[in-house]
Amino acid sequence: MSETLAVNNVSITFSGFKAITDVSFTMDEGSIYSVIGPNGAGKSTLFNLITGLNRPDHGKITCFGRDITNWSPEKRCHRGMGRSFQRSNIFPALTVFENIQTAMISKHHEGWGMFLPLGKKHLEDVRRLLVEVELIDKIDAKVTELSHGNRRQLELAIALALEPKVLLLDEPTAGMSVSETHHCVELLKKIVDERGVKLLLTEHDMDVVFEISDRIMVLSQGQNIAFGTPSEIRASSIVRETYLGNDKK
Amino acid sequence: MIALKKHPIGSMLTVVAVLLIFLPSFASNNYVNFATDALILALLAISLNFLVGYGGMVSFGHAAYYGVGAYACALLMKEMQLPFSVALPAAAGLAAAVALFAGYFCVQLTKVYFSMLTLAFAQIVWAICYRWDGLTGGDQGLSGIPYPDFSWLKSFPALADVSDGQFFYYVVLAIVTACVGLAFVLIRSPFGRCLIAARENPQRCTFIGLNVHAIQLAAFCIAAALAGVAGGLFGVYNRGVYPDFAEYTKGAEVLIVVLLGGSGTFWGPAIGAAVLLWLHQETGAVTEYWGAILGLILAILTLALPDGLAGLGSMVKRKLFGKPKAEGGAP
Repeated sequence: MSETLAVNNVSITFSGFKAITDVSFTMDEGSIYSVIGPNGAGKSTLFNLITGLNRPDHGKITCFGRDITNWSPEKRCHRGMGRSFQRSNIFPALTVFENIQTAMISKHHEGWGMFLPLGKKHLEDVRRLLVEVELIDKIDAKVTELSHGNRRQLELAIALALEPKVLLLDEPTAGMSVSETHHCVELLKKIVDERGVKLLLTEHDMDVVFEISDRIMVLSQGQNIAFGTPSEIRASSIVRETYLGNDKK
Repeated sequence: MIALKKHPIGSMLTVVAVLLIFLPSFASNNYVNFATDALILALLAISLNFLVGYGGMVSFGHAAYYGVGAYACALLMKEMQLPFSVALPAAAGLAAAVALFAGYFCVQLTKVYFSMLTLAFAQIVWAICYRWDGLTGGDQGLSGIPYPDFSWLKSFPALADVSDGQFFYYVVLAIVTACVGLAFVLIRSPFGRCLIAARENPQRCTFIGLNVHAIQLAAFCIAAALAGVAGGLFGVYNRGVYPDFAEYTKGAEVLIVVLLGGSGTFWGPAIGAAVLLWLHQETGAVTEYWGAILGLILAILTLALPDGLAGLGSMVKRKLFGKPKAEGGAP
């Protein structure tokens, strides 16, 4: 089988600023890949390129062997690529149920249904998903009533509703307490085990990154300076110099 | 009483429907005319609220599609002698076609840029109505639009004494009910949910695989078609169509109707339509400063009644009993 995701020599420039320069990597072995790097290294830009929010100036992105470089984000989404955002990105006026139901409507291509009431369509699927992300007790809650941690869970559930094969999570533990972070990590591991989904994350919490990642890519000033297993990355002198600092073991 | 408590909106709608159905049998022609006017304005306002309230697209140029519908229906009936039953759907179709073109560009923009572009297209439509003497009659407009042919209905002995105006009232009532019903169904459909989702968070919509622009464009065309129906109906009711149907002042008036009634609810704009027309009629007798009154209404709405008349009840309740305001919530 062809690799999950392959990024080949991708670059993008914004008004002369080279945000990403010739980045290449491949997701094949293992399930959880992480992208790390200092603020402004280009992590979110790389995510935007992979998910189609921005198009690269040059380079190629393939997903399960297909060239997706010029696909719209919607098309990538329907072909198995999901994403979450650094700041919770949900539908604030809807309930938790309605948020996920909306994603399910899209998943089943029902968005153009105009003449039948929506009602409680997909209720059972939504319930199952909310049990999975441990948010079932909030099914009828308004999004505005949710805690930060619950919102992150909801956002994960929205992304999972599309049943992605590869899921890009931008800072999934951002703003979480230590216990919430721990909980989130366990949840992500469970999802990977049960669904067989491949994860690509950016993450600022190095403990999380080194705990769950199978492969780590280090970005610095828009360039891929290192790529390898957690132990290889720990041992890399260039990474230590530019990012981790010498105090890291 | 129990039904009223359990289904307040349904109960009120039933009362209004019964009143409207039997209106010509107990009220004078003045009231029938007022009701016809209000029904048409209500349809126009509900069609605009489809965009503003549910789609989050504040169109300043909705009158353009009302104007296109009015002129198209009038021209097809007067110049081509087509029956009303053909002319009205054709007018709605033409309004939707114009909206497909204009909307294609408008939905690429958001917020005030969207509003300004809708206004720009509306001004083009207005200018064509105002200047194209050969087709639209220019600033003189088109008069002498025929009523639909009701002679076959009059052949029934029981209906022999009913006037054309009364027949047309029932035509308006039936068509407005059907169109408003359609809008109601659309809002509750999966498409309606996607439209609300696109208003709430277009970026998230894109990343759950929804084509935001296509959804918004479809809504824009549907709203325009409904506005076209309203325009077609009004042109015939008015027996004439004039460029000010498509002018920006008309667009602003409908927007005020929507805000007056409450853009957060489905039925609010219909209430706004009736109240605004009534105010217009009552104040018209004593002052010529209707524009100033309209301005005053808008100022009061903005400052004191952001949820419109439909939100008045819950606001009073909140003030009296200190109930917290519900946050968010799909309208």
